[in-house]
Amino acid sequence: MRKLIFAALAAVTALAHAQTLRIGLAEDPDILDPTMARTFVGRIVFAGLCDKLLDLDEKLNIVPQLATSYQWSADNKALTLKLRSGVTFHDGEKLDAQAVKFNLERHKNMQGSNRRGELAVVSSVDAVDASTVRINLSAPFAPLLAVLTDRAGMMVSPKAAQAAGDKFGAQPVCSGPFRFVERVAQDRIVLERFPNYWNKGEIHFNRIVYQPIVDSTVRLANLRSGQLDFIERLAPNDVPGLKSDSRFKVARIVEIGYQGITINTGKSEMAQKNPLGKDARVREAFELSLDRDAIVKVAMDGEAQVGNQWVAPSNRYYGKSAPSPKRNVERARQLLKEAGVSNPSFTLMTPTTSDAQRVAQVVQAMAKDAGFDVKIQSTEFATSLNLADKGQFEAYVLAWSGRADPDGNLQTFIACKGPLNTSGYCNPQVDEAIEKARTTLDPAERAKLYDAVALQVTKDRPIVYLFHRHWLWAHCAKLSGLRTIPDGMVRVQGLKMN
Amino acid sequence: MLNYLLQRLATIVPTLFFVSVLIFGLQQLLPGDPAIALAGEDRDPNVVAFLRAKFHLDEPLPVRYWYWLSGVLHGDLGDSVRIQKPVSELVAEKLPVTLQLATMAMLIALVIGITAGVVSAVKKDTWWDYGANIFALWGLSTPNFWLGILLILLFAVQLGWLPASGYVSPFEDLKGNLAAMIMPAFVLGNAFAAVLMRHTRSAMLQVLSSDYVRTARAKGLEERVVVLKHALRNALIPVITLGALGLGELLGGAVLTEQVFSIPGFGKLIVDAVFNRDYSVVQGVVLCTATAYLALNLLADLAYYLVNPRMRH
Amino acid sequence: MAAIVFEQLEVTPRRRAWRRLMRRGGAMFGLAVVTLFVLIAVLAPLLAPYDPVATSWSTVRAAPSSAHLFGADELGRDVLSRILWGARASILAGVVSVSISLAFGVPIGMLAGYLGRWVDALISRITDAMLACPFLILAIALAAFLGPSLTNAMIAIGITATPIFIRLTRAQVLAAKSEDYVEAARALGNPHWRIALRHIFPNIVAPLIVQATLAIAAAVIAEASLSFLGLGQQPPAPSWGSMLNTARNYVDQAPWMAIWPGLSIFLLVLSFNLLGDGLRDALDPRHK
Repeated sequence: MRKLIFAALAAVTALAHAQTLRIGLAEDPDILDPTMARTFVGRIVFAGLCDKLLDLDEKLNIVPQLATSYQWSADNKALTLKLRSGVTFHDGEKLDAQAVKFNLERHKNMQGSNRRGELAVVSSVDAVDASTVRINLSAPFAPLLAVLTDRAGMMVSPKAAQAAGDKFGAQPVCSGPFRFVERVAQDRIVLERFPNYWNKGEIHFNRIVYQPIVDSTVRLANLRSGQLDFIERLAPNDVPGLKSDSRFKVARIVEIGYQGITINTGKSEMAQKNPLGKDARVREAFELSLDRDAIVKVAMDGEAQVGNQWVAPSNRYYGKSAPSPKRNVERARQLLKEAGVSNPSFTLMTPTTSDAQRVAQVVQAMAKDAGFDVKIQSTEFATSLNLADKGQFEAYVLAWSGRADPDGNLQTFIACKGPLNTSGYCNPQVDEAIEKARTTLDPAERAKLYDAVALQVTKDRPIVYLFHRHWLWAHCAKLSGLRTIPDGMVRVQGLKMN
Repeated sequence: MLNYLLQRLATIVPTLFFVSVLIFGLQQLLPGDPAIALAGEDRDPNVVAFLRAKFHLDEPLPVRYWYWLSGVLHGDLGDSVRIQKPVSELVAEKLPVTLQLATMAMLIALVIGITAGVVSAVKKDTWWDYGANIFALWGLSTPNFWLGILLILLFAVQLGWLPASGYVSPFEDLKGNLAAMIMPAFVLGNAFAAVLMRHTRSAMLQVLSSDYVRTARAKGLEERVVVLKHALRNALIPVITLGALGLGELLGGAVLTEQVFSIPGFGKLIVDAVFNRDYSVVQGVVLCTATAYLALNLLADLAYYLVNPRMRH
Repeated sequence: MAAIVFEQLEVTPRRRAWRRLMRRGGAMFGLAVVTLFVLIAVLAPLLAPYDPVATSWSTVRAAPSSAHLFGADELGRDVLSRILWGARASILAGVVSVSISLAFGVPIGMLAGYLGRWVDALISRITDAMLACPFLILAIALAAFLGPSLTNAMIAIGITATPIFIRLTRAQVLAAKSEDYVEAARALGNPHWRIALRHIFPNIVAPLIVQATLAIAAAVIAEASLSFLGLGQQPPAPSWGSMLNTARNYVDQAPWMAIWPGLSIFLLVLSFNLLGDGLRDALDPRHK
């Protein structure tokens, strides 16, 4: 009899323990309102809190979530979505076409909305019937589907949004698998299971607690000591240690973003004063002095994929006609001679993160072999953004978290009027190709266009792309069901503690 | 005495004014446009413009200071731009945490510091003295963050005795709360223990060589009684007032310790806000901690004044 | 840092003070170690086996061996060489910061103490205001404003520590002002500046030296703290603080990266503290 009681107790405690999933985040998220949210880490919380119209799979294909199917119109200027039936928000309101219309308009019109740029091409939204929505565009826009797999596709309860106004972020009401319980700034965000979730069969936890722990060593220590079940952004050098520990598992996938060095080629007069910005040959010499494989090995402990474009070589839109060059110091020196610069020197603005600092120092050492004198200037994040926007830099180490559609990694930086074009690069033919690639829906056609863009951009080198990091997650071995998707999100559907 | 109190109170107001000007000025001097910093990775120009307008970032410095000051005088410390929560709410959330950490650290410092100081004074110039000295100095000589990480690796990862980081409210789980706070409190208290030790030692030495103690000894009282009952009581007076000052300082946020141990207190809040250019948070929180510091300062001075007749002139 | 509250010392310069200093073993140890570190800092180019910034991909995080006595860091650089060269940064950080604090703090404190009335009131309020703000926050804000670099970190720490010296100097001047020798000097018709410089100042130097020594110790730690947050010495130049900052990511795989800079900071700071303590004991006639 006693054995039975013990067994029951053990089962109950095990069950109780398994009911809460504790996730360690690398930063504290910002506002928990999909319309206003601005950080990568906030999206991880949204993955548990807010469902989206569409989602991504491991190969970056578009899959249904709140929308069960989609159809482009004949002229590609309207996207019709069929909505899943029986979906409700956390407050019981129905998710129907009116709600979707409300949300998309909120994303576009709300003061301070961060989604306006993403949905700029949307001209109007029609609720055709209770379960059908038509999004009308001013021009065909291929990236729209990918945009709807991110925050712009997240749906919040119209009733709650209208009631809370701009304070909605303090008590978000969405339609995801978990609903909001509480948030203590910089300490934890607690979500509890939403019993009426449409896909509740896939949810095996009662609560999720997200805890921001900035120091990666401490975050890992928490995992090791059992206080956390799951951590994101494991440091590359911690991987071997965990691999040999059978209590934990490491998962990885190449990111959709990139790490690179942006060069001021025309943003301000600093471009003309610096040989690197002025002469494409000097930039080529710089790139040839770098050994990307060694950079990845030394600075990232091998946890990255070498790349020379805005998408990884494993991505279907990678321009195969412009592969990564190998290191060639001889040629680099020759080019410098041709350009008439013997010992070019420039300042490399570097963020204070340890990754960026290592990359910068490795680049500095490598470029020295070709005669470059690279001066590293550590700059704090907020300051660096400002300087970049004003063009007050010669080169800086840039990380971009990435968007599912290649256009999201390209247009903003390379197009003449791209909002984040801090390099000051402007090539009308490239602009034309980018524009065409956004308005064409045929993947093969787009791949051809991006190939042409790659050829030109890798020749002009406004940005020297270096590599694509691995998203590294670590969790206790008992946790199963983690899907490694390149956008770096922790999808809670399917996660189970065994 | 009342005169003295009023005099001191009168100095707090201008001091607080200077604190507000100082911290406001420093914030505004920080390079970088806060609207851009807070607008996130995408830096949507609409969002930037919206933030600029909302926080009056286009207006001249004195005007902005006036907006903020008038808000404060009405009890509104502004909002955190990053998470859109009122600063006063953030302060209310974090105050108990920081208070608990500071108090625990101070208790640890008092226990270690006073004991080491007494031992050091009584056994002056012996190995006890040197040993106590080194022990207390060790706390002052090791960077906080460094000691913290080492302790985490030892006690949390290797031994598994204590949680690696984080915070749990004492009302939810008292044991868990103490387990989580003991390491950071120790790291913080360590440094102050050295200061307390030095002052206890010198105060004890002074008292031990006084006539008063010589009389007690002559009376034939046991040494331990002399030390603990008579000498220590008098020596503790300046030490306690020092403790009050130290508490005020600890309330200012144990910046690095909180960072390492992920304790959601003032220190972490302020540092993150400085790097995110979340002005209102920094200004609001520093104003609160400065007020607490000055109040504790005043209390310490009053206590010293009351106890020490020499001060009254 | 402001936790280093000073005591009121009865200041009387005595030759016997030196003898007392000698007798304090701890202080002598402190003096010896400090001298050793200063020598290391000066002679680093001769002592270091490798170029401190020379990277090497084949020795990334190499364990200590005969080739690298202290091991190698995350970019293959020799830790021993970086420690030796890093002594410069840490000692400079300590000494320059405190020099800045003294250069500003002492004159302002003397003004406040000597002139009194509204000058004193104004200076005291501003000093109180600076002391009421958390030290590290002021230093961070200043360092961020000036830009991350060792020089700017030193300036930031120096400015932030100034109020401590203002307070100390002011207190000493107030105490000295009522001494007989000052009365005598005034009676003889000496101008104020003369009294301040030739009569008061030499008599208050002793506690300033004590406080300065202790402040150097705290400044070294402050530099390490700023480096921890990315605001101190910038790569690839070595400083113990920034080496600790980088090393914390590798404590498991390469503990030697953290042990040596941590130990060095500890020894240097401990020595300055011991030295300062010894100086205080030597100069304070109450301690026999």
